[in-house]
Amino acid sequence: MFAGESASNAGVSAPDDPAPVIQVRGLRMRYGEHDVLSGVDLHVHRGEVVTLLGPNGAGKTTTIEVLEGFRRPSAGDIEVLGVDPLHADEPWRARVGVVLQSWRDHARWSPRDLLDHLGAYYAAFSTAERPRPVPTGELLDLVGLGDAADQRILTLSGGQRRRLDVAVGIVGRPEVLFLDEPTAGFDPQARREFHELVHRLTDLEATTVLLTTHDLAEAERLADRILILAGGRIVADGSADALARRIRANAEVRWTHDGQRFVHATDDATAYVRQLLADHPRGIEELEVRRASLEDTYLELVRAHLDAEVAHTPVGLVSGEA
Amino acid sequence: MDVRVRAFMIGVRRGWHEFVIGLRSPQDQSFYVLMGLGVLTLLWFNRDDVLEGTTLTVPQVALPSLLAGVVMFSIVIGPAYALALEREDGTLLRSRVAPYGLHGYLTGVGVLTVLSLVPLLVIVLAGSAILFDGVVPADAWRWGLTVLVLLLGILSNLPLGFAIGSLVPRIQQVTTWGMLPIIGLAWISGIFGEMAQLWGWVQVVAQLFPLYWLGHLMRYAFLPEAAVVGELTGTWRIGWGIAVLTIWTVVGSVLASLLVRRMSRRQSGAAVAEARDQAAQFVR
Repeated sequence: MFAGESASNAGVSAPDDPAPVIQVRGLRMRYGEHDVLSGVDLHVHRGEVVTLLGPNGAGKTTTIEVLEGFRRPSAGDIEVLGVDPLHADEPWRARVGVVLQSWRDHARWSPRDLLDHLGAYYAAFSTAERPRPVPTGELLDLVGLGDAADQRILTLSGGQRRRLDVAVGIVGRPEVLFLDEPTAGFDPQARREFHELVHRLTDLEATTVLLTTHDLAEAERLADRILILAGGRIVADGSADALARRIRANAEVRWTHDGQRFVHATDDATAYVRQLLADHPRGIEELEVRRASLEDTYLELVRAHLDAEVAHTPVGLVSGEA
Repeated sequence: MDVRVRAFMIGVRRGWHEFVIGLRSPQDQSFYVLMGLGVLTLLWFNRDDVLEGTTLTVPQVALPSLLAGVVMFSIVIGPAYALALEREDGTLLRSRVAPYGLHGYLTGVGVLTVLSLVPLLVIVLAGSAILFDGVVPADAWRWGLTVLVLLLGILSNLPLGFAIGSLVPRIQQVTTWGMLPIIGLAWISGIFGEMAQLWGWVQVVAQLFPLYWLGHLMRYAFLPEAAVVGELTGTWRIGWGIAVLTIWTVVGSVLASLLVRRMSRRQSGAAVAEARDQAAQFVR
C-alpha cells in the first residue's frame, strides 16, 4: 500500500548519520522452493529503537538471527557495526548484545553467578567510553532481580527468567542490542517494567535496539520506528503516528434506530454520517464513529500481502517461524 | 593477558563451578556412588579367584583394567552428553553470544569432565584398598606412573567425547553412539576379563582403539612383572601404548575441533526453540 513510501521516509533520517549501525540490502532467505524473505532492506541508526512487526512465519526471527550472525542468508548485503555478522570476529561479539529466550540452561546456577561468569568475557573489551562488563550488582538492580540474585535459576518465575535473559543480553554494555519477542509470556505488570527498562537503556547508553514482537501496543510504546514485515518484505516503515496517519483507515459507524442496532464500515465516515442524518430526519440514537486502530490497519495490511503471496505459493510450504 | 588465555581461565572457573554445583546435588552424588559400587561389586564376586600361572588374584588384575574402563567411559560420555544436552537447551548458544565464549564453554566442559573423574577414582581406589589385599600399589613411583597413564588416557579420549557430542543429532543418541560402543569396546579390550578367548581379528580391532592400550598401561603401572603372562603377546608394549594414545590425542583433537565448530555454527535461537517445543510434546 505504501511500500513505495518507505524508501523515501528512510532517506530522510539518513543524512544525520552516514553509517547506520544496522544496514541490510536485498536480504533473501530461501528454504527449498519457498522464499521466507524475498528482498528485505532496512537500516537502523545509532540510538534508534526499531521494532520489527509481522505475523508468525513472516521471517522476523530469521531476519534477527541473520543480523546476530547465527544464520546464513541465501543472499544480501548485511552489515552490523560495519561488519558482515556471518564473518564477524569475537571482538565484534563484545559490541553486540543478544537477548535469548532461556529455557533450562544453567538451571542450577544462580543469576549472580551466571552474570559474573558471562560478564567476565567482556572485561578484555572494556573501554573508557563503555566500561565492560556492567557490574553484576548494578545489573541485577536494573532488571529488578536483586531479591532473586542467589536463587537457583530453576526456581525463577517466567518473568524473572526473561529479565535475567535481558540482563545477560546487556551485561557487555552492547552498542547494539537484538531482542526476539522479549515479552512473550509476560503479564501486563512485567511488560510495563520491561518497557521502562528498554527506555532506561536507550537513554543511558545510547544503545541501538532492534526487537521483534507481534504486540502492536508494545511496538507503539517502545519504538522510534516500526517496520512491518509481511510477504517476505518490509511493507511499512515509520513511526506509529506516521503509519496510522498514512493508512486510509476504515471507520466504523454505529447507531440505533427504532430500538435496533446498526453497524456500518466506511472509508469516509463524515460523508456517511451526513447522509445518515439526512436520511433520518426524525433522528437516530447512540451515534458512534470509531476510527480504525493501528491494529486494524496492521491486520488489513498484512492480510493484503499474505493474500498476494498465497496466490503464487503452495500453501503447504508456508511453514512456521523458520 | 591474551584474550584467549583469559577465556580459557574463565572456562576453567566455569568447569570448577559446575563441578562444585554437581558435588552438592543428590543426582551427581548418586551417579558417583553407583558407578563406584558397581566396580567394587564386580571385584568382590571374583575376590578368591587366582589368575592362571601366577599368584595374582583376579581383583588385582581386574582393578587397573576396570579403572581404564571407568576413565574412558566418563571421559567420553561426559562431554558427549554435555554437548548434546546443552546444545539443545541453549547453554552453548548463550556462550557463543559472548566474545570467546565458545572457547570458555568448551574449556569448562573439559575441566568438568576431568574433575568428575576424581570422586569416581577416589571411591573405587579407597574402596578397593579397604576391601582387598594388595590391589592398590604401595610405592610412590607406581603412583607417579599411574598419574601419567591417566593423563594420557584422558587426553586421548576427551576429543572422542567432543566429537560424539557434536555428531549426535539428539541427546537420546548418545546412548546409541556413545555408551553402547564403549561397552562393546570394553568387552573386546579385556576390561572385563581375558582377551585370549576372542578371535584374532577382534583382538586386532581392539588394539586400534585407545581403551585396550589404556588398560595395558594401567596394568603395567599397577601390577608386578609376573602379571605380564596375562597380556596378549606375553610382553609389556609400553612404546606401542604411548604411540597409539598419542595418535588418538592428536588426530582426535583436530577432528573434534572441526566437528565442534561445524556443530556450533548451526546453532540458533530458532533451533533451541524447536528443541524446546519438541521436548514439550514429549511431556504431553
